Amino acid sequence: MASGVKPRVKVPKSAAAGEAITIKTLISHKMESGQRKDSDGNIIPRSIINRFTCDFNGENVVDVELAPAISTNPYFEFEALVPEAGEFKFTWYDDDGSVYETSKKIAIG
Amino acid sequence: GASAIFVAGLPKIGAAATGDDLIAEFTGGAEVGEGDLKLVAPEIAENGNTVPIEVSSGSAAEILVLAMGNPTPSVATFKFGKLAASRAASTRIRLAGTQDVVAIAKLEDGSFVKASSTVKVTIGGCGG
Amino acid sequence: GNWARLAAQQALTQDKLLEFDTFGNVSLIHITDIHAQLKPIYFREPEINIGVGDNKGVVPHVTGADFRKLYGINDGSPSAYVLSYEDFSALAKTYGRVGGLDRVATVINSIRSERPDALLLDGGDTWHGSYTCYHTEGQDMVNVMNALKPDAMTFHWEFTLGSDRVNEIVEGLPFAALGQNIFDAEWDEPTELFPPYKFYESGGVKIAVIGQAFPYMPIANPGWMFPEYSFGIRDERMQEMVNEVRSKGAELVVCLSHNGFDVDKQMAGTVEGIDVILSGHTHDALPEPVLVGETIIVASGSNGKFVSRVDLNVQNGRMMGFRHKLIPIFSDVITPDKSITALIDEQRAPYLDALTEVIGKTGDDQLLYRRGNFNGTWDDLICDALISERDADIALSPGVRWGPSILPGQDITREDIWNVTSMTYGEAYRTEMTGEFLHIVLEDVADNLFNPNPYYQQGGDMVRVGGLGYRIDVTKPQGSRITDMTLLKTGEKIDPSKTYQVAGWASVNEDTEGPAIWDVVEAHIAKQGVISLDPNNSVKVVGA
Ligand SMILES: [Mn+2]
Ligand SMILES: [Mn+2]
Repeated sequence: MASGVKPRVKVPKSAAAGEAITIKTLISHKMESGQRKDSDGNIIPRSIINRFTCDFNGENVVDVELAPAISTNPYFEFEALVPEAGEFKFTWYDDDGSVYETSKKIAIG
Repeated sequence: GASAIFVAGLPKIGAAATGDDLIAEFTGGAEVGEGDLKLVAPEIAENGNTVPIEVSSGSAAEILVLAMGNPTPSVATFKFGKLAASRAASTRIRLAGTQDVVAIAKLEDGSFVKASSTVKVTIGGCGG
Repeated sequence: GNWARLAAQQALTQDKLLEFDTFGNVSLIHITDIHAQLKPIYFREPEINIGVGDNKGVVPHVTGADFRKLYGINDGSPSAYVLSYEDFSALAKTYGRVGGLDRVATVINSIRSERPDALLLDGGDTWHGSYTCYHTEGQDMVNVMNALKPDAMTFHWEFTLGSDRVNEIVEGLPFAALGQNIFDAEWDEPTELFPPYKFYESGGVKIAVIGQAFPYMPIANPGWMFPEYSFGIRDERMQEMVNEVRSKGAELVVCLSHNGFDVDKQMAGTVEGIDVILSGHTHDALPEPVLVGETIIVASGSNGKFVSRVDLNVQNGRMMGFRHKLIPIFSDVITPDKSITALIDEQRAPYLDALTEVIGKTGDDQLLYRRGNFNGTWDDLICDALISERDADIALSPGVRWGPSILPGQDITREDIWNVTSMTYGEAYRTEMTGEFLHIVLEDVADNLFNPNPYYQQGGDMVRVGGLGYRIDVTKPQGSRITDMTLLKTGEKIDPSKTYQVAGWASVNEDTEGPAIWDVVEAHIAKQGVISLDPNNSVKVVGA
């Protein structure tokens, strides 16, 4: 498991029912491309986040497939509809099989 | 001064699918037009290792992003779910030098459209 | 001779320099790109300043006699001395030094006595460029500028103090630190420390000043020193800010910019509703504003040499007219403000012995200057120092536009050396480069200067080279401008696959190693004693 992986998300605390909100996400991850060499000339194995998803109350918002050309500490910004109060669930999938999750509640009002 | 040594690049190793191969794979060989797709990228990258890009469309189901000049051009594929409030997303990408960034959207009607933007990656240095 | 000097200076009086028929209801005072020059200096304007594309042959890309003709300036006049390069050494002896923030203070006070609520706006590149600025991490400039009571400022080289230091200073500034294009890099959001604009009430007019910091900071300077920040031109957001301030009742919209002149012209043509752009970064000094649509663009020089005064008549939310003067700061003519002199001396006192130590002197025919697109004698000397002190084939020196001139027969002090080399990343590296890579470097910098689209121009000059000659066609695209690269010491063509020993300074790469450039230059000058350089004919320019 990659060390020091820490997800962070920005979601408003509340929204009007049916409102579109902006979500921003960051996860600290070096996104080793698999194309760099170490000082001995050996290829450093690829180790990246390869998929990111955001769901709200079990319904999908975005589903992103990532290649090694995504920068260190992958960042995403997108817009979500908030039909009702509930919880956003964010999931990042690592090449090494690790899955990182975080969630944020949002109220209506 | 122009004294920096360029390190942002991804070195080229082995044979990889070209950008055109990846587009053909995504579209299944269908014709790609222009239209409901916008790609925003800076004229000059502040840092080739982290270049902000934004794709947006009114009716895209999926958007493929490619860095045509990288040794492996794949960047990301965005799929928009039921609760996406817009078919738009931003991220940050690595560019191994000045090149075209290309986005291909599969629209809800099954057609494909393309947008592209040239991003300059410079060695930097100097100033007034 | 002495008689000529006295006669010239008698004709040139403070009253005449400051003479201005107060106009309208608003006054703006603009100063920019001081580069930490607290004291009077000499500063030669460029001989070569090539414009490309739509900017070919138009100001600020007009120099010397063409420039004088354009503005009706007489040969040998005070205006010719401060605005062009011709007969510089002789005219400098007649008219003396320029600048000094104590003289600038006198000019500001005089304007304020006529217009108490005049706005003083600093375009940035203020906390960089001298021995004392380096050693106090900008505090000397902050102390003196605070005493001049600016209303707002924007930024460029300040960020090379490192973001911690910049944040620390800005948190304590008694005036607004503006930058609509200064963003938090992590979340891509505007910052609280650098608001986009501020409102002022002056002469009954509601004025919005919008800041525009240097757009290419992390490219032209080491981005690793301020990784928390992102910049860019962001002209769409500039338009949003203009619309926002107009909707909040702004009657006059002023952009305090560090874009550089050609970028400002392009931005003025893209963004609607800016009345005045106070332009900085490219160090141009223009006796009249340039008009783009209904926007006036004012360029106020550098190194403390000029102050611009712009009076405006604003009625019912519209700029109805303006009156402008580019005021040259003739140091021997304008009486220094005593309190500011004392404050400047206080900043310098702890360092005075080091500053004033004489390291060498210039020969009787040797002027040292920097400005110009290709080479200047100061950089020729720096390149010589790099080649001899670092035992290199080729030297590279950054094409920065700051740094005062030294007259023939003048002592060169340690302060003078620092004035042209001081920076927080001044390590003089030595490395191997292939001929191919050297070509890439020259092409890359040339495109930052000669790309026909101003939004790709970063506002510096061409990297200076020592030990290397080349031909440049400024009209060609990137990759094919530079040809005929020659190693001067042997006369042989540069071989793309061959490796050369290259010394340089001001690398934007982290962990660059080497002695400080000011020590390298000082050692070289000390060995030479009297500086006399061979003319530099190693760059052939075509297409200008
Ligand atoms: Mn400057
Ligand atoms: Mn500048």
